[in-house]
Amino acid sequence: MTTYILRRLLFAIPVLIGASFLVFVSIRFVPGDPAVAIAGELATPELREQVRKDLGLDEPMLVQYAIYLQRAVQGDMGQSVRTRQQVLDEILLRLPKTIQLASLSLILSAAIGIPIGVISATRANSWVDAVSMIFALLGVSMPIFWLGLMLMIFFSVILPSWLGMTQPVLPPTGSGTWKHLVMPVIALAANSMAIQARMTRACMLEVLRADYIRTARAKGLVEWKVIYKHALRNALVPIVTIIGLQFGTLLGGAVITETVFAWPGIGRLLIDSISYRDYPVVQGTVLVITFGFVLVNLVVDVMYAYLDPRIRYD
Amino acid sequence: MSMSGNTFEPIVELMEETAPPTSGVVMVLKRLMRSPGSMMGLIIVLAFLFISVAADYIAPHDYDAANFEMRRAAPSAEYWLGTDELGRDLFSRLLQGARYSLLVGVISVGIGLSVGIPLGLISGYFGGVADMVIMRLMDIMLAFPSILLAILFVAILGPSLENAMIAIGVVSIPIYARLVRSSTLTVKEELFIEASRAMGANHFQIIFVHIFPNTLAPIVVQSTLQIAVAIQAAAALGFLGLGAPPDVPEWGNMLQKGRTYIISAPHIVVFPGLAIMLVVLGFNLLGDGLRDALDPRIAR
Amino acid sequence: MKTHGRVSNKRVLVEVNNLKKYFPVRSGLFQRISGWVKAVDNVSFHIREGETFGLVGESGCGKTTIGRTLLNLIPATEGEVIFDGRSIFQLSSSEMKKLRHDIQIIFQDPYSSLNPRMTVGQSISEGLRIHTNKSRQEQHEIVSDLLRRVGLRPEHATRYPHEFSGGQRQRIGIARALALRPKFIVCDEPVSALDVSIQAQVLAILRELQKDFNLTYLFIAHNLSVVEHFCDRIGVMYLGKMVELADREELFRNPLHPYTQALMSAIPIPDPRMKRQRVILQGDVPSPLNPPQGCRFHTRCPLAFAKCGEEEPPFKAYGDEHYAACWLLETGEPGASKLRPAELPAENVSVL
Repeated sequence: MTTYILRRLLFAIPVLIGASFLVFVSIRFVPGDPAVAIAGELATPELREQVRKDLGLDEPMLVQYAIYLQRAVQGDMGQSVRTRQQVLDEILLRLPKTIQLASLSLILSAAIGIPIGVISATRANSWVDAVSMIFALLGVSMPIFWLGLMLMIFFSVILPSWLGMTQPVLPPTGSGTWKHLVMPVIALAANSMAIQARMTRACMLEVLRADYIRTARAKGLVEWKVIYKHALRNALVPIVTIIGLQFGTLLGGAVITETVFAWPGIGRLLIDSISYRDYPVVQGTVLVITFGFVLVNLVVDVMYAYLDPRIRYD
Repeated sequence: MSMSGNTFEPIVELMEETAPPTSGVVMVLKRLMRSPGSMMGLIIVLAFLFISVAADYIAPHDYDAANFEMRRAAPSAEYWLGTDELGRDLFSRLLQGARYSLLVGVISVGIGLSVGIPLGLISGYFGGVADMVIMRLMDIMLAFPSILLAILFVAILGPSLENAMIAIGVVSIPIYARLVRSSTLTVKEELFIEASRAMGANHFQIIFVHIFPNTLAPIVVQSTLQIAVAIQAAAALGFLGLGAPPDVPEWGNMLQKGRTYIISAPHIVVFPGLAIMLVVLGFNLLGDGLRDALDPRIAR
Repeated sequence: MKTHGRVSNKRVLVEVNNLKKYFPVRSGLFQRISGWVKAVDNVSFHIREGETFGLVGESGCGKTTIGRTLLNLIPATEGEVIFDGRSIFQLSSSEMKKLRHDIQIIFQDPYSSLNPRMTVGQSISEGLRIHTNKSRQEQHEIVSDLLRRVGLRPEHATRYPHEFSGGQRQRIGIARALALRPKFIVCDEPVSALDVSIQAQVLAILRELQKDFNLTYLFIAHNLSVVEHFCDRIGVMYLGKMVELADREELFRNPLHPYTQALMSAIPIPDPRMKRQRVILQGDVPSPLNPPQGCRFHTRCPLAFAKCGEEEPPFKAYGDEHYAACWLLETGEPGASKLRPAELPAENVSVL
């Protein structure tokens, strides 16, 4: 077990290094002079020269990467072209907002998605099942940003007109109060809620077919006990894994949701930086999001090994 | 010897009761039709294909003709779904947009397949160092949330529809590589592979005659679902301004343009989103249906 | 059937000398090799042309590994296999490919051994496509002939494996193995997965084909009852070692090794009035990863004494072409290695 965790940790390191190298190299593929790309198009020739020397742009790619990595580990990810702030500071300023959005969405999606999945599985092929699964499928198929726009129309136009109000019920953009959270969280959660409902249903159905469930029923256990004590417990392992992996997906989805609702997280920072060609920030945000993604997946993997007594990793 | 050579006759007679050979495709279609969900998916997908091909002939208006008097007009008898911010017929533009979605789906899945399948076959069949290297590379690509990697690629290559397709395709490579690798690992253990080796078949023959055909079912299912993913991703990139140029009637693009008028003319954002959802739903339904229809656990 | 005189003067087709196959076991953080499974450990025997050589032992004793190694499907660790005068491990890949024309294999599992996406005809003619340039028509004729020979019909060629029963699939596998007219076929438990009634049919087909095509068989089985009527000479394996090798008649009349005797006592007798005292071996087969010192059978042998756990007994002849490896035979005392149920502890004996 410990060996397995150690090995997973060891594997994560080359993956992270590879991922950072991929990001680093891609940025170098931006057409034109990388010094211009990094210092910004409006930079003076002196500043460009300084950037060139600072980053060792005349050195071979691997050396440049080594310099970058060494600095990044020490917290120096360069300077934003746009604001002249440290990239890390810019990111740290916005990271809590993204984490807040993603975790609330995760909680919401699990709180609704899993019960729906369980109910659908226990009443497989009933109308309850059919309706939930149609909604789940719509949730999977719906573009996040479009759902966001529809929520805006609903809370800013339709609902106020029903209630006879002139102001939007919820603020369509920005952050600060809990009211600002409602729409982004719903929009981001919908997709993963649907995925969790579908997965939970599938896992439960699989488990409900198992022999020990038949045994449990045969010995006269009440149905809810069969479902909660025997079935759900066994289905929980894959479900927990899915929830964990959803968190990573939510980090990605946050990029889009944040843009729709002008939510000041790192996703929006990324998109803004792309349009300003602020490559040091692009590089930094992608790295930070990826780092989080790998970390979460790692934790999920380890948890999976911990939860499932059948799996022995040696 | 007490065993005579004629004892096996009765078995041959039993054979006659088995059904005549049916082709695999017909069988899968028959199974698809048993489920209403997959039937609906199939119909949506076929309609989508038809519209993509025939958009020019069935569109009631020229998708590019602007009627400035009728800017942001609500749906009417003349303009079934209303007009956009330049007074162009939204319905005709949506029909035209189907083309771009189909193109994105087909090309990006094509990229994913053509690179991912060979990688997965090599990795799974040969194992060893090749497997190590390929799978670590795939792990690195999977270390990114997929939309993030696509965004990064487009940011670097420059925003355009072509680059969006490439980015979405490249991001799907590890999905195919892993899928094909795992099926390859399973098929590789089958005895008919060993029989083929014992007969003197080389690696190339074994991979193409025996392994590849037996990995097709999951590939078909995944590709169907992947088209849905690609259409959604392309729309997202378009919405973020990282896809097609502003004038192209790509659905995500239309949403981005219409966003400004969300309060005054909500129909401009409602319909393109519905179109995306419908098509994605169609491919998802079909993919789910195919998964069940091709499930080897269901007795043939 | 009189076999002894018939085959002993024929030339040797397959010779296996000191064959070893060790599989590495990996563990730990860096997947280092931490040990070896000695699946086949120093086994030698030969098979004469036209003969059926039986290889018997419990699952995990290495008999299947021998079959795979003989075909060079998995590389041997040490030793050599000489086929028709040529050492097969030394052949170039093109020479090996040519040799594959002459050696074929029939598998135990009739389900996994046929590609589900190929028609029966395609499966059978695969070897023809690899080795020859025969036209479709010629291939079709060969397939039809083979199908008839194994008791199926030519029109079955266009069907898929899932339409056939296990016994029928096994015959398709036999037809496939025959397509290239090989000299030697490894039959890896070809009837173990089949119903008893079907077993007899498949064995009958194999017997007929052997006569018609002058085939040589290596017949692998996990118990002696199948081999009893089918093989000319029999080798008994235990945990990667050959423990006894003799002519069929000789082996059944005078089994020398206690393990062979125990296997023999497990053969059911088709006569309810006959009572046989069956020897039950205590314990499980030890792990080949960590085989016992000395004689590998000593941990389960009811007759084991001190020396058995210390030194490995030699594998040598104790009679005309009758080889065995047991320290009791070295004592020179006649019948020392015989299991006598009456003298064994009660837990070792059951009445059948």
